[in-house]
Amino acid sequence: MRGKFIINGDTKEFEFEPKIKLLHLLRDNGYTEVKNGCEEGECGACVILLDGKLVNSCQVLAASAIEHKITTVKGIGNLHEPNPIQQAFVDAGAVQCGFCTPGMVLATYSLLQRNPNPDDDEIKQALDGNLCRCTGYLKIIDAVKLSIEYLNR
Amino acid sequence: MSEVYNNVGKSVNKIDSLGLATGEEKFTDDFAIPNADKMLHLAILYSPHPYAKIENIDTSDAEKIAGVVDILHYKNIPQILHTSAGQGYPEPSPYDMFLFDDKMRFIGDRVALVAAENLEIAREAVKKIKVDYKILEPLFDPEHSLDADAPKIHTDDENVIIPTKYEPDKNLAAEVEIKFGDLEKGFADADFIIENDYSIHYANHCAIEPHSAVAYFDERKRLVIITATQVPFHARRITSQLVGIPICNIRVIKPRIGGGFGGKQEILLEPLVALVANRNKRPAKLILSRKEVFISSRTRHQMRTRLKTGVKNDGTITALEMDGLMNAGAYGSHALTVLSNAGSKVLPLFNKIENIRFIGRSVYTNLPIGGAYRGYGATQGYAAFNQHIDIIARKLGIDVLEYIKKWHIREGETSPVFEALGEGKEGTAQIVHSCKLDECIDRGAKSIGWYDIRGKKIRDGSKVRGVGVAVAMQGSGIPRVDMGSAYIKMNEDGSFNLSMGATDIGTGSDTILTQIAAEVLSVPVEKFIVRSSDTDLTPFDVGAYASSTTYVSGNAVRKCAEEIARQIIEVAAKLLDANPKNLTLENSNVVDIQTGKKVSFEKIGYYTFYENDQFQIQAGGSFYGTESPPPFIAQFADVYVDTKTGRVDVLKFVSAVDCGQAINPKLAEGQVEGATVNGINYALWEEYKFDKNGRMTNANFTDYKVLTAADIPELITIIVNSFEETGPFGAKSVAEIGINGPIPAIANAIYDAVGVRLFHSPFTPEKVLKEMEAFASS
Ligand code: FES
Ligand code: FES
Repeated sequence: MRGKFIINGDTKEFEFEPKIKLLHLLRDNGYTEVKNGCEEGECGACVILLDGKLVNSCQVLAASAIEHKITTVKGIGNLHEPNPIQQAFVDAGAVQCGFCTPGMVLATYSLLQRNPNPDDDEIKQALDGNLCRCTGYLKIIDAVKLSIEYLNR
Repeated sequence: MSEVYNNVGKSVNKIDSLGLATGEEKFTDDFAIPNADKMLHLAILYSPHPYAKIENIDTSDAEKIAGVVDILHYKNIPQILHTSAGQGYPEPSPYDMFLFDDKMRFIGDRVALVAAENLEIAREAVKKIKVDYKILEPLFDPEHSLDADAPKIHTDDENVIIPTKYEPDKNLAAEVEIKFGDLEKGFADADFIIENDYSIHYANHCAIEPHSAVAYFDERKRLVIITATQVPFHARRITSQLVGIPICNIRVIKPRIGGGFGGKQEILLEPLVALVANRNKRPAKLILSRKEVFISSRTRHQMRTRLKTGVKNDGTITALEMDGLMNAGAYGSHALTVLSNAGSKVLPLFNKIENIRFIGRSVYTNLPIGGAYRGYGATQGYAAFNQHIDIIARKLGIDVLEYIKKWHIREGETSPVFEALGEGKEGTAQIVHSCKLDECIDRGAKSIGWYDIRGKKIRDGSKVRGVGVAVAMQGSGIPRVDMGSAYIKMNEDGSFNLSMGATDIGTGSDTILTQIAAEVLSVPVEKFIVRSSDTDLTPFDVGAYASSTTYVSGNAVRKCAEEIARQIIEVAAKLLDANPKNLTLENSNVVDIQTGKKVSFEKIGYYTFYENDQFQIQAGGSFYGTESPPPFIAQFADVYVDTKTGRVDVLKFVSAVDCGQAINPKLAEGQVEGATVNGINYALWEEYKFDKNGRMTNANFTDYKVLTAADIPELITIIVNSFEETGPFGAKSVAEIGINGPIPAIANAIYDAVGVRLFHSPFTPEKVLKEMEAFASS
């Protein structure tokens, strides 16, 4: 089937198999910043914002996202103009292997949209769907706090 | 001792972190591959039986499916005995596997592989392969592996290529034994004997990026393999061995790696994508699903350790016998070396024990395959050792912290174990040059509030609080085995290209190794263009394992940079008309300390390229360690044990580590934090659950129980800087050691709280409750 998607602000049209998940549609079309860690909705490496809402793209049918707005980690900042959250992850030392990072960054982005001043518990709960095996989460939590600081500047 | 550094000891940002945080950096599955429209997608058929012989395999139905291009199995590929362990040559692991065999030795063994136009077709075809199995009687209990009447798992031509004890006819994958002094006399001299069995369980690395590999032919018909590996050079060598393509026609590229922890020190996928690409002259890709990672890749070796000590009333340990039985699973990958480390990384810590025996055996079973896993045997050994020491100190009625301080190895001391026990061969004698374990213990104890909690059994409703400690050492590379190398060249603007074999798997080694080079050359990290782990473009390195990178690769980078510095000074001497002895590097300049005259690196760069006696400032450097200086750690757990439910909650966990001079404190902390949380997760929650057929029943993140941010306790990491004189700028390793303490520290804390000893991990609520009930009724 065919469908249009608004990805990081650009309208794109793709031909795809009706059964495929959004994760694969995105990755197959070059959005490799969306990572595949389990395909079972358990790790959060594949999260994207679908109309602003954080979802595991491996659990969403591509067909159901037609005409919807998709934001990947590249949609909120880039190397030249990183989002303050991305910069905070760098500065806090929250990026080890970095495989979980796009998901963690988007989970943080989504949290801070909803709640610009979360407390520790709210931060931890917001990251509950994202696994990281490298950092022990401490520096990721630091990064969220630093993000708040950067965004308030 | 420690000097003022410009780069070393600074928490500079990881050089790849912005690229990772913005999604620009690439992992194996992220590359645009040449001729991608011709890509073959691979799927594997796994054995549903723990032990079986394939009597026939019929792929005709599968072949009929449109889009199926190739099917590989034992009948149509060359049978080459090898090990999948990504170790140096000759590998100390037995050659006991084929890529595809007609004998299936665990649920998860590979029956066949389908290459198809897309993954869906490949997976569909896998289901259509018909296999007739002759079911054999399986063997699951390692305690019975050595029994005369146990089923034998390896009965063909399996062999070892190094002289070591290997007896497949007894299911013995490896055996090591060392002895010093007179054990019997030692036990006879003791006032009391303590003897216990401890064990730790199967675990998966759970790197969030699954095992992945892609192979394609480049424009000169050379085979390029992009792969999620910790060992690119070993991957190249072993792939060549198995696929028959000469090493010179294979290029292995290690891109960003989404975590390894030992799980990617294994040559699992590279030969498969290479074979398919070569047979079909098309690119090929294989990415394991999460379930496949769990059931078919490698695991933490399950191990039972029996410790017997003779102790005098003054605390002297008169004899120690350590008897380890390690479950290798179906194949002997790392079976010898993990086993050896359970002794060699543990026994030297209490180096004053005169009468010692270590006997370790790795045995085959029809369960998943053990392999390298962060901690690598030390985790297994320390789980037992630290509980045992806690038991001894309690029996003596003295503070375990004081007890450890009295008996542990110190600066200037050695242990005969260093020399006797290596990895697959004898070890190497060494003196401990740096050890700040006492300071680790003191600062850690203070942070956890040891004397406020220990023995107090503070209650909160049904919960009782306790603290426990564990100490450990690790190594820094495998002495006389590991080699790393680096190459640097200078550009005309005074910048440098640094290329190195060292393998950054997310640890930050690209960054800290650059800091080392930057320190030597007195320039900022930004002056380096860094490339690592590409077998075409970078020099050799054994790879990321054995806690070797900072020390071994770091020393290689340091040596290489020092030679560059020498060349820079030689040119500067000419330009400044100065005596090289008076010249020093300072902030991208060479300065004459007598006259104050200086010349910039840029000037030197232009001069060497364009002006006179032109040449390229360039050098290579290799380092081969003759010692393996141990880092030390003291780890403390503060726990609540719920006496109603058996649930153990860690309130706070403190790790105080002596890793020499931390090259990058923030990254060093990150290593300890990650290892610690993995260790806590392992101690309390994660485990392989098997049904009666040896099938893993919880092969997903949720049921396996990987902790999230919401689950972590208060974590404190204290970096206790020491100075290791043989290390680059005083550095030792740090990546593995933090995983050794959580199991025993938590077990000791549980005992402190409720007086119940948990000898066998994981300490799940059911198990804790059961032990408490048994204790109450006894
Ligand atoms: S890949 Fe979607 S949650 Fe893991
Ligand atoms: S940084 Fe590796 S999984 Fe999070």
